[in-house]
Amino acid sequence: MTTTRRPYDDLAGLMTRMTGDEKHDHSATSTLDVLWVLYDRVLRFDPRAPDDPDRDRFLLSKGHGPMAYYAVLAAAGFLDEAQLDTFGGWDSLLGHHPDRVLVPGVEIGSGSLGHGLGLAVGTALGLRATGRDARTVVLLGDAELDEGSHAEAIQYAGRAALDRLTAVVVDNSSASQGWPGGIAARFAVEGWSTTDVDGRDHEALHRAFTSDPPGDRPHAVVAHVEPKES
Amino acid sequence: MSTATHSWKGVDLAAAEHDRDDSGPPDARDRFYGLLPDLVAADPRVAVVLAEIGAAHLDPEKVAPVRDRVVNLGIREQLLISTAGGLALTGLRPIVHTFAPFLLERPFEQVKLDLGHQDVGAVLVSAGGSYGWPAGGETHFGQRDVALLDTLSGWTVHVPGHADEAEQMLRDAVARDDRIYLRLDGDSNAQPRSVDGRMSMLRTGSRGTVVAVGPMADRTLAAVEGLDVTVLYTSTVRPFDADTLRRTLGTPDVVLVEPYLRDTSTAEVSRALGGIRHRTLGLGVGPDELRRYGTREQHDVAHGLDVAGIRRSVTAFLHP
Repeated sequence: MTTTRRPYDDLAGLMTRMTGDEKHDHSATSTLDVLWVLYDRVLRFDPRAPDDPDRDRFLLSKGHGPMAYYAVLAAAGFLDEAQLDTFGGWDSLLGHHPDRVLVPGVEIGSGSLGHGLGLAVGTALGLRATGRDARTVVLLGDAELDEGSHAEAIQYAGRAALDRLTAVVVDNSSASQGWPGGIAARFAVEGWSTTDVDGRDHEALHRAFTSDPPGDRPHAVVAHVEPKES
Repeated sequence: MSTATHSWKGVDLAAAEHDRDDSGPPDARDRFYGLLPDLVAADPRVAVVLAEIGAAHLDPEKVAPVRDRVVNLGIREQLLISTAGGLALTGLRPIVHTFAPFLLERPFEQVKLDLGHQDVGAVLVSAGGSYGWPAGGETHFGQRDVALLDTLSGWTVHVPGHADEAEQMLRDAVARDDRIYLRLDGDSNAQPRSVDGRMSMLRTGSRGTVVAVGPMADRTLAAVEGLDVTVLYTSTVRPFDADTLRRTLGTPDVVLVEPYLRDTSTAEVSRALGGIRHRTLGLGVGPDELRRYGTREQHDVAHGLDVAGIRRSVTAFLHP
């Protein structure tokens, strides 16, 4: 099912309205395909009812470089595309880190790294406690996982069996010390189910997000993309 | 005056409380733990978030029916505040509790961003006051809490002087949606006073005004016995009731007696009396690390917050 109003091929043009650049390198768009697949084919939402309590929640923890996010939100119908031209300006809703109070469809304000997964744990606990089956999906970066706060959240989410929580880690090899043994292992040891996928392969991403739930466990999708410095 | 202390994770709490003199005022922290399961049961919006501290003090039979809204995260204090933010984003009303340094200092950025920046509310309830466990030392002292919250916006700060005041504040807080800090202290006045958010006048005089905050009230009244001063009482310090201070002001000299970091509210007095030539003296916990243990009373003396110390400071400043 396609829920976006614009095709994927339009995203580059939408991003250009923010940056002025005709060409975006991979590091600026490391999250683009993950975001596209989530909003186009996975998440349950209605841009006309952004406060619907039963909507799926998408939390962008890695708030840096949000152009791809804004482009996808525009394509999904949350944002007036004219807003993209104001990116970073005094009167703009669109900062270089997203603010949930300003931007329709944005679930959390982010920018300081290491906050999204904890907020996602609270969101998933709240949805479970109120009997809603909405999903909570949170996007992290591989370098962002350095933050110790995420270790607390990974540990607790596994013990609490938050099966409606999905963490997608976009791995563009930007963590200076790397992740010996892989990122997925950090989640697996805490009781998460994990999948490693090509972060540019829409079909593989779709399968990773929608395959049969693994039971009473949160799910981690590690989406590998080109290294940041390549 | 209660001298009950609370050990790390409250392990010795039960024994200490059994030993306590039953004729003293009730302990606000005991009252809080007793109320929590009932508050959760009474309102489907209310959730409790703990980081181990306090978990063992909740009645398991009362918690069982509401267990999905009573969350113990383990000793994970960054997650404590982030989880509260997430719960609030789904429409719940989180009550968050641990000792003050672990509630506000360790996860300060979470308090700033995961509550404030997200524009959501929570009820943060600390325990231990400034040095409620004197032998615990610096790692467990909480005197910086209100000053830290002063760097953020939108916080209501309650400093109850009695368990009854704390209970009323807690019940009011859970019915709201904003950000509220409730500072529980093992110290207490003998009787509860009004908690309407306004300052109340305990006595009047002509040589100046002494503002006693929360558990400082009884000792402040004792300290100014026979002195010609006004005494105002407040258990809600943010927002600061500037209106009552201005309205009741005689001689424009003000002494603040606060149970946390000295001068925490001095800037509030300055704003309240802007345009009026005035003097202010802040009494409270000093800024230096003393590296002392002992008793609460010994710390009171060290910081000039005992009856004699307050009287000495007030007399030197106001010459009443």
